[in-house]
Amino acid sequence: MTLSVALRHRLGDFALDVAFEAGPGVTALFGRSGAGKTTIVNAVAGLLRPDHAQITLDGLRFDTLPVHKRRVGYVFQDARLFPHMTVADNLDYAGRYGARASDRPRIIEMLGIGALLDRRPATLSGGEKQRVALGRALLSNPRLLLMDEPLAALDGPRKAEILPYLDRLKREAGVPILYVSHAVDEVARLADHMVLLAGGRVARQGPIFDVMADPAAVPLLGVREAGAVLRARVEAHGEDGLSTLQLAAGRVQLMGVQAPVGAAVRLRVLAQDVLLSLSRPEGLSAQNILPVTITAIRAGDGPGAAIALDAGGDALLARITARAVQTMSLREGQSVFAVIKATSVAQSAISGGAT
Amino acid sequence: MMLDEAGWTALRLSLLVGVTATLLALPIAIWIAWLLARRDFWGKSVLNALVHLPLVLPPVVTGYLLLLSFGRNGPAGRFLEETFGLVLAFRWTGAALAAMVMGFPLMVRAIRLAIEAVDPKIEDAALTLGAPGWAVFGSITLPLILPGVLAGAVMGFAKAMGEFGATITFVANIPGETQTLPSAIYALLQVPGGEDAAIRLVLWACIIALGAVALSEWLARRVARRIAGK
Repeated sequence: MTLSVALRHRLGDFALDVAFEAGPGVTALFGRSGAGKTTIVNAVAGLLRPDHAQITLDGLRFDTLPVHKRRVGYVFQDARLFPHMTVADNLDYAGRYGARASDRPRIIEMLGIGALLDRRPATLSGGEKQRVALGRALLSNPRLLLMDEPLAALDGPRKAEILPYLDRLKREAGVPILYVSHAVDEVARLADHMVLLAGGRVARQGPIFDVMADPAAVPLLGVREAGAVLRARVEAHGEDGLSTLQLAAGRVQLMGVQAPVGAAVRLRVLAQDVLLSLSRPEGLSAQNILPVTITAIRAGDGPGAAIALDAGGDALLARITARAVQTMSLREGQSVFAVIKATSVAQSAISGGAT
Repeated sequence: MMLDEAGWTALRLSLLVGVTATLLALPIAIWIAWLLARRDFWGKSVLNALVHLPLVLPPVVTGYLLLLSFGRNGPAGRFLEETFGLVLAFRWTGAALAAMVMGFPLMVRAIRLAIEAVDPKIEDAALTLGAPGWAVFGSITLPLILPGVLAGAVMGFAKAMGEFGATITFVANIPGETQTLPSAIYALLQVPGGEDAAIRLVLWACIIALGAVALSEWLARRVARRIAGK
């Protein structure tokens, strides 16, 4: 299943001109407010009629279909449940118009909304509403799932409540998911592909591991948010609270890892939390030292520089000062050591079930 | 409180005229209200002004315009008589038409406010779930605005019951045919000794009007609660 999108649309001063493909799994549309994310999703759903559009799903022309024939499951930022219907009636709404979902009990179980079926939307919490909205979209038996910042309206605990469901959904839905977000941590956790939008254009796109580790993406993600996403396997949980994880380039010790031993997880290592050393450092409090090779150096607009690193096949990103680049006379192809503090990888940046 | 035979006839006729006018006007009012609330089209402000015209025109003028167009020699009147054998001038059906026209703006206003209170984003959500436009209206918009529709209907009905100027101009004041409650009260006040009978009719008019307003208020309060989903 591949969704192919090419759009041009003008709205006042804002001009959108994008083309990208979204394969199976989660494709994140990432960008600041006003980058055109919602416009794109609304055009795919048919709620907005762009000036020029060529949208196909596995070769099926999509943009000429009326909204109700597109069969997209759309999860909005505000849940948009029907206030005059019970949760059960909301869930079964698409069924009235021919959508046949054979796995209703499984979806209700997966989202944990079985106890809410007789309630009215007004009596639900924000997190519950969003789970019902997710279920309603899934039960419409969609060819494609669109999610427009489904977590943006929720506070921290509510977000944490939904994220595991999204992890599961991603593994079980089996349809392409277009996920709009301006939160890097969500994208790093969920997305397989990433389309970076800036000013109505696609600035970067590709597999999440590549885009997140691309030095050129640093200014688009924000210097404090930029950082590579790595695949890791949990090896052991120590009694002192540190867990050992196996990366391609070696072992690292990290705090706050919840996933069970043996689980494949994703690690988001912020570029500003990676130090570089010309020789293997000794007598350092940081214990995570990986041998790496510099693959690219990109000077930023300010005093910073983004350094792309190869860590045994994984891409890592470090952000150091341009002065340090000069003093250490770093160059592409050079072998150095990357140092990561055990405390610097936040728990929220670690997700289970990553592939 | 007891009415004489003529009084009962006038009251029954008023109710018949009011109910007929309300039921016939309601679907059109919903459609026009939806157009005004949800669509942008050329001539929208003209349509809006036309709908509200009976509120601002002297009722006698409205009645006379109805007579000119729907009278037996009027273009619309002649068409209806030749095509359907339907005569409006000086018949109760004409009284119903006059009541319809006069109550219509009140209905449209109430229904339009109810439609505008429904978030169009919820209708968008229904579209993405596979419901065609007409089904979205039937399953989402209409249930949410139902209290507003009922309130509009009650206001229109009350207006239809009390309509005098346009009715008497268009269909005159014929006992048993076009003499509604207000026309009957007016007629009684024109003859000596008619005050007692008139007072009894006035009481009935007050009861019906107050009841209609109370019902409309109660229904309007439910709009808010229903849309809030409580």
